[in-house]
Amino acid sequence: MSSQVIFGQLVVGLINGSFYALLSLGFAIIVGLLGIINVAQGTFYMLGAFGSWMLLNYLGIGYWPALVLSPLGAALLGMLLEKTLISRVYHLDHIYGLLLTYGLMMFIMGAFIYFYATAGRPYPVPEELRGGYDLGFMFLPKYRAWVVLMAVVFCFGTWYAIEKTAIGRTLRAATENPQLTRAFGINVPALLTFGFGVGVALAGFAGVMAAPIYSVSPLMGGDLVIVIFAVVVVGGMGSILGSIVTAFSLGLLEGLAKVVYPQGSNMVIFVIMLVVLLVKPAGLFGHEK
Amino acid sequence: MADALSLAIADLHAFYGDSHVLHGVSLDIPAGECVTIIGRNGAGKTTTLRSIMGLIQKRTGSIKIAGQDVIAAPPEKVARLGVAYVPEERGIYATLDVTENLLLPRKVNDRGMSIDDIYALFPNLKERRRSQGTRLSGGEQQMLAIARVLRTGASLFLLDEPTEGLAPVIVQQIGKAIELMKSQGHTIVLVEQNFRFATKIADRHYVMERGRIIDMIPRAEVAAKATQIQQYLGI
Ligand SMILES: Nc1ncnc2c1ncn2[C@@H]1O[C@H](COP(=O)(O)OP(=O)(O)O)[C@@H](O)[C@H]1O
Ligand SMILES: [Mg+2]
Repeated sequence: MSSQVIFGQLVVGLINGSFYALLSLGFAIIVGLLGIINVAQGTFYMLGAFGSWMLLNYLGIGYWPALVLSPLGAALLGMLLEKTLISRVYHLDHIYGLLLTYGLMMFIMGAFIYFYATAGRPYPVPEELRGGYDLGFMFLPKYRAWVVLMAVVFCFGTWYAIEKTAIGRTLRAATENPQLTRAFGINVPALLTFGFGVGVALAGFAGVMAAPIYSVSPLMGGDLVIVIFAVVVVGGMGSILGSIVTAFSLGLLEGLAKVVYPQGSNMVIFVIMLVVLLVKPAGLFGHEK
Repeated sequence: MADALSLAIADLHAFYGDSHVLHGVSLDIPAGECVTIIGRNGAGKTTTLRSIMGLIQKRTGSIKIAGQDVIAAPPEKVARLGVAYVPEERGIYATLDVTENLLLPRKVNDRGMSIDDIYALFPNLKERRRSQGTRLSGGEQQMLAIARVLRTGASLFLLDEPTEGLAPVIVQQIGKAIELMKSQGHTIVLVEQNFRFATKIADRHYVMERGRIIDMIPRAEVAAKATQIQQYLGI
């Protein structure tokens, strides 16, 4: 087997890992802060991608503005849904949040299929990021390097914001003890809305990043939530760092499996999830409660 | 000092689900006074403080802070009026270090203590400022719970058993902090089992039993009513 193939699959794994990381990070923030298992995380990823497609085709607005506008739009929609619907199930069992976001996912996806059908629509790679680098042992497309770089920057940035800044301190406090945090003058309900917006914006951002790589379709992201769920379980529910590290590792392992044992590559993530659940039920970075 | 807050509670009822815990509590505390609420375990002292703070959803009656009724207000709104809460369980955050715990409460105004002044008052906390909140000893956690609310500029303090289970030297330090609040003219509501500690600090004592206030003892009458107080406390 040529090293070309191995490195090629590793890059694919790294790209997949990048998307897993951005999506799982948002998912972990939302489940930690709001206690909502957001099944619609993949839908906001699709909305991010579709948003950039619409901006380009209806308004002639290109990739770079879309990178900001599309996640922002997804976040606004998410915050509206949080205020009007999702916040009503906080006091109920987790299953209600899961069912509600599942319903939202079906509704949004259904609406897009109705208007746009399921066929993929191409989205061009921005001019500045066409071409690639010849590394000698392999060819690395510029856009793929850009995706990995951005995922690393955003993951580190989010981790830093949560661990080291004032808003992050407040988010952690609200995650740990929401009632008491309110008694310290902090408007926790507003903070939850904001946190949901951030989690959704990360998914939307991943969607814009994905648009030039995968074609844009209402179905994209539909099955990603299953992988995200596995990542968050393996990393440890609510652990931001755990989600990031696990997402990249599982992406890479999945890529390697494609070389070594292609038939099983789709299963790798879930086999690892099973093993981790058996050995360390709280996840690799989680704490036993 | 003119900005201390008065607290007037009338006919307060509070519930946990269907369980009716407070049965018409009334308290009247002028600005700048220090009172205690004493009574046996389960009398409803903690529930009273939590009701004031807006942490009990189901409550009726009236709770006026400086004349403003907060019976329907959410906790953050009560806090922003200048009410500080030190919960019985201390409420130190494990995911925040000591400094982050201190910086968490939102400032009400700029009249609170600076971080340096707070660390001067509690030198132990300064030494441990990078430690995770729940790695502290019980005494240090209690100091942190009090230190945390000194920064915000609040002027009505609700303290729930701040000396519970602590060594005498630490009780002394907590006492010093409360004396400081008093000397600054703040209003203090102190729930306390340690009656000797309470008598040293408070102007008056409310006695609570089964969700009701059953007696009020001014400082001057404490000595004369010693036997009765012991009975109230079940000692
Ligand atoms: N979370 C709760 N749910 C149900 N009942 C409670 C809860 N907390 C306290 N109680 C009950 O309310 C009553 C008053 O409790 P509390 O206010 O904690 O008393 P105190 O602080 O005077 O010891 C007790 O009978 C207690 O069992
Ligand atoms: Mg109590």
